[in-house]
Amino acid sequence: MSLENKILVKLNNAGIKQNNKWLVEGVTLTVEKGKIITLIGPNGSGKSTTAKIALGIYKNIEGSVEKYTNKVGYVPQKISIDWTLPLRVYDFMLLTENIKDEAIDEALTLTGVIHLKNKNLGNLSGGEFQRVLIARAISKKPELLVLDEPVQGVDYTGEIALYELIKKISDSLNCGILLISHDLHTVMTATDHVVCLNGHVCCSGTPIDVAKNNAYKTLFGEQASQILSIYEHKHDHEHLDEGNIKKN
Amino acid sequence: MFDDFFIRALFAGIGIALVTGPLGCFVVWRRLSYFGDTLAHSALLGVTMAYTFDLNIAISVFLISSIIALILIQLQKKTNLPGDALLGLLAHSSLAVGLVVIGFLTFIRFDIMGLLFGDILAVNINDILIIWSGGAIILIVLKLIWKPLFASTVNYELAEAEGLNPDRAKAIFTILMAAVIAISIKMVGLLLITGMLIIPAAMARNISDSPQKMVIYSIIGGLLSVVLGLFTSLEFNTSSGPSIIVASLILFILSLLNIKQSIKLKN
Repeated sequence: MSLENKILVKLNNAGIKQNNKWLVEGVTLTVEKGKIITLIGPNGSGKSTTAKIALGIYKNIEGSVEKYTNKVGYVPQKISIDWTLPLRVYDFMLLTENIKDEAIDEALTLTGVIHLKNKNLGNLSGGEFQRVLIARAISKKPELLVLDEPVQGVDYTGEIALYELIKKISDSLNCGILLISHDLHTVMTATDHVVCLNGHVCCSGTPIDVAKNNAYKTLFGEQASQILSIYEHKHDHEHLDEGNIKKN
Repeated sequence: MFDDFFIRALFAGIGIALVTGPLGCFVVWRRLSYFGDTLAHSALLGVTMAYTFDLNIAISVFLISSIIALILIQLQKKTNLPGDALLGLLAHSSLAVGLVVIGFLTFIRFDIMGLLFGDILAVNINDILIIWSGGAIILIVLKLIWKPLFASTVNYELAEAEGLNPDRAKAIFTILMAAVIAISIKMVGLLLITGMLIIPAAMARNISDSPQKMVIYSIIGGLLSVVLGLFTSLEFNTSSGPSIIVASLILFILSLLNIKQSIKLKN
């Protein structure tokens, strides 16, 4: 029973066809409270599609989705906003839920864009807009957070800070996070569970399991496994016997 | 000071402007001006139905416009024709069918000009009651669906993902459009109703920086247009619909001056 309560979203053999072609098929995964699940895979491998299936955006899917929460925060990969709308950052923060002013200020401060609160959304730069998107998603204190390439266009130092923020949010709100990222380094260090997609689930498991998997190596090449080895060296001293690495 | 008919027209016009203000903003935001036109053209068929079966004009127009909206949604799903072609098809064929039916109704004398361009003399107490009660219902429903409708106007996927049910809001909004056309047809006329929806909202867009402000300015713009338009109509004996629209056009032009000024200030 308590295990049931922890599950936020469950995909059972889910997939979707468009014009008789599978966009993605046979995906089985669960997002649990307090856990970060990351989807990786090359372009066109169905990462965003899988996220949208989990969110219930697609209606005619194969398989099934069970969603156990309605408190959802979503940062889409692409967002086209029509500038015929006069919309300030503040209005955008209130888009799907009426949030208290303090919560809005807090979220905008966390992502470092509080100074833009009364600016027109159309005048923001790509990176600024991305920070506003993240702030909007976290300000409603969701149980499920779906982040599709959340730090695209953000400068390098900001990127690291935002990933740290995401990790912190997952701990403090105890929400489940479904993350899509191209940055394999981040994926391997910050995540509890990795699902490697390429039209279907190639392999999945803990970051270490996935990095050791041959399908993963074929997809991302040897370099990708090396990223993991750096990670392992940094955080897992016990398994090493080479002195020169121990100084980390 | 004024004749009774003029006071009635003023009351009717104010009621209409209060409703077309906020609805017009959504028409501009969601790019629905041609959709509004199509519903308005189909209203002629609604009027002929009202005369044929001795129904209330507003109710009859509302029913026909809603049916046309439903047909449009079905055609969009079942054919490969682009949206604007379907809109044109429905707009002109329903207008044509309406005109042909009028030809058969030889026992009734139609004031075609009044139907097309509005007639303040035609507004009676009954119409005012329909405008104000119908308008109140439209505004209450709009208030209820505001959040999902607005969120999906900004971004459909965000609204859907975060559980706001945008499809239902869109369907309800379509019915509200049919309703606003039904209550304003006598006053503004079926060729110009869309202008009443779009022009005050477009004027408001030029001078507002948030959605709430745009709605408020759009209402104010609509009210001013109605009052100015009706006075001109009375003074120069012009049709009420065109007079109201011309007044709103003048307000729109003034709002353009405001843009120029603010650009100058920024530089």
